[in-house]
Amino acid sequence: MSIGTPASRPFLEVKDLTIRFETDDGIVQAVTESSFTLEKGKTLGIVGESGSGKSVTSLGILGLHRTRSNAKVSGEIWLEDQELVTATDEDVRKLRGGKMSMIFQDPLSAMHPYFTVGSQIVEAYRVHHPGVNKKVARERAIDMLARVGIPQPERRFNDYAHQFSGGMRQRAMIAMALVNDPALLIADEPTTALDVTVQAQILDLIRDLQEEFGSAVIMITHDLGVVAELADDVLVMYGGKIIEKGPAVDLFQAPEHPYTWGLLGSMPRLDREVRDRLNPVKGSPPSLINLPSGCSFHPRCPFAERNGDRCFTEIPLLGGPRHPVACHLPEDDRPRIFQQEVRPNL
Amino acid sequence: MLAYIIRRVINSIITLLVVTAVTFAIFFMVPKLTGSDPALLYIGKNSDPASVQGIRIKLGLNDPIPVQYGKFLKGLVAGRDYVNGNDITHCPAPCLGYSFKTDQEVTPLLVGDLSVTLSLAVGAAILWVLMGVAIGVLSALRRGSFADRGAMTVALAGVSLPVYFTGLLASAIFIRWLGWLPESNYVPLTQNPGDWFVSLILPWVTLAFLFAATYARLTRANMLETLGEDYIRTARAKGLRERSVIGKHALRSGLTPIVTIFGLDLGALLGGAILTENVFNLRGLGYQALTAIRGNDLPVILGVTLIAAFFIVAANFVVDLVYGVIDPRVRLA
Repeated sequence: MSIGTPASRPFLEVKDLTIRFETDDGIVQAVTESSFTLEKGKTLGIVGESGSGKSVTSLGILGLHRTRSNAKVSGEIWLEDQELVTATDEDVRKLRGGKMSMIFQDPLSAMHPYFTVGSQIVEAYRVHHPGVNKKVARERAIDMLARVGIPQPERRFNDYAHQFSGGMRQRAMIAMALVNDPALLIADEPTTALDVTVQAQILDLIRDLQEEFGSAVIMITHDLGVVAELADDVLVMYGGKIIEKGPAVDLFQAPEHPYTWGLLGSMPRLDREVRDRLNPVKGSPPSLINLPSGCSFHPRCPFAERNGDRCFTEIPLLGGPRHPVACHLPEDDRPRIFQQEVRPNL
Repeated sequence: MLAYIIRRVINSIITLLVVTAVTFAIFFMVPKLTGSDPALLYIGKNSDPASVQGIRIKLGLNDPIPVQYGKFLKGLVAGRDYVNGNDITHCPAPCLGYSFKTDQEVTPLLVGDLSVTLSLAVGAAILWVLMGVAIGVLSALRRGSFADRGAMTVALAGVSLPVYFTGLLASAIFIRWLGWLPESNYVPLTQNPGDWFVSLILPWVTLAFLFAATYARLTRANMLETLGEDYIRTARAKGLRERSVIGKHALRSGLTPIVTIFGLDLGALLGGAILTENVFNLRGLGYQALTAIRGNDLPVILGVTLIAAFFIVAANFVVDLVYGVIDPRVRLA
């Protein structure tokens, strides 16, 4: 692995990332052997249900599992030429909030209730710019608040998170995440807690800022609409594993995994007849402590019976001629099944 | 903010008025219902009827209850005169009457006792806050460790063991066996600060042990809850050093509830730490209360009750104000 030349290395490369939590009930297999890459200026969408491992993956990149004594992280995470899994706590801390930063889902609970929004942004700036005095940091924070579209930023600087509206709060959170010009920005369901109208504004904002800063963005969401709008590449996660990945266009035009088909079917669409109902994926997400045998999607998969016993006994590997898919359906049959059996019902 | 303070002051005064009414009713009406006579309690059972009647007139016991209550309130605010013909006794404000047992004015008597209770409560409070919070925070950070389990076991003992047990045990160990401390009675601060300090070490430690145990458990629980909050994860995601994450972000919210409890505990204690004062023979309000109850000394009981109520109401008031400052979400409420 050490032979790879820096020039050929992608900006972010995650290799066989595996994250386990030891609990009283057993070992939680939160993420299993995930690998993906991301280049600067590109957006990677990670989609999946709650508990599919998407948030755990992103927290793993930031090294936020290090404070949990029951967490075991293995594999490799390369950010340019630095490996993060084996790096020291202090080295990862210096990257956190600086070169890589994160926008969290619920900005009300993700911001400290007892400190002003402005002071929290100043704090984020100064920890990575130790020489900067308070006045300069304050100006920087106000400038960031203005750039994310918060009106009267000098006044709002002194407000607390509970005094902001939901959309403004998420903008402030984004200002905090971007205050150090991060090269990698991870957005964990940044619009889930917001009104639909505000959602669009926030997504536009993230896209504009990405163009301005040239950052690489990981967009974690269960909303395929968000992915369709922003992502260049998409990972679909299920039960802690990546089950399909590829360019966003391919995944929307020619998805090959039955779970991805299910996700498309559960997406509300305006061109659908009103009397048609959504087709959610039946059943509930698997327990990460006791994963189903074979393909962990088999209990919910409408096509599992077509492959004899394989889906029940054999774990499918990522692969395929078009883009990587982890499914036992014959490679050549998948496009036909999607076109003839699945798409007409979407 | 000013409107908020005014509202709270008015609330506190109303609460105190209700407390005076209830305590007055209980202490002066119950003897009537049970058939005992306050005048006889004051002057003694074997007095001649004329003296008893004189006392009744002087104390106003013949007046209707509301009138008696009105006079009592006036005495608190402006002082009052006890009159029986030419026999006039002036009692300056705040007048709590005269002890049935010693015929002393109750107010100065209780003010003297309060200085003892104050010495005990404030010293112990400083000790228990420092110890309880420090142990609680460390326990939370080393959750599940040997030190955490040990500290929580000791804390459980601290919460469960009564003061008269730990107090006597501490006396036996530190005075009798080890001889580290002299056997001494309370010395007022104004008389000799050094002796005052030495005489209060064991009472402080005993009382602080009880409270520190509660505070350690409470702090630990608060810190654990806070450490699981999203904003702590955000603080780490910003790249803050663990020192700031714990020392600034987690402590700020973890200790806020402690402020409330601390204010209320201290307020309650200022009304007298009955057990501790009796174990260590400290003549404070708690000691006075017990003596007064044993001797049916109604004015003193009433006085101690009112002082205790006053401190609790005052503590509530202060806690509300402080909370408005430390929790920005409360400010405009």
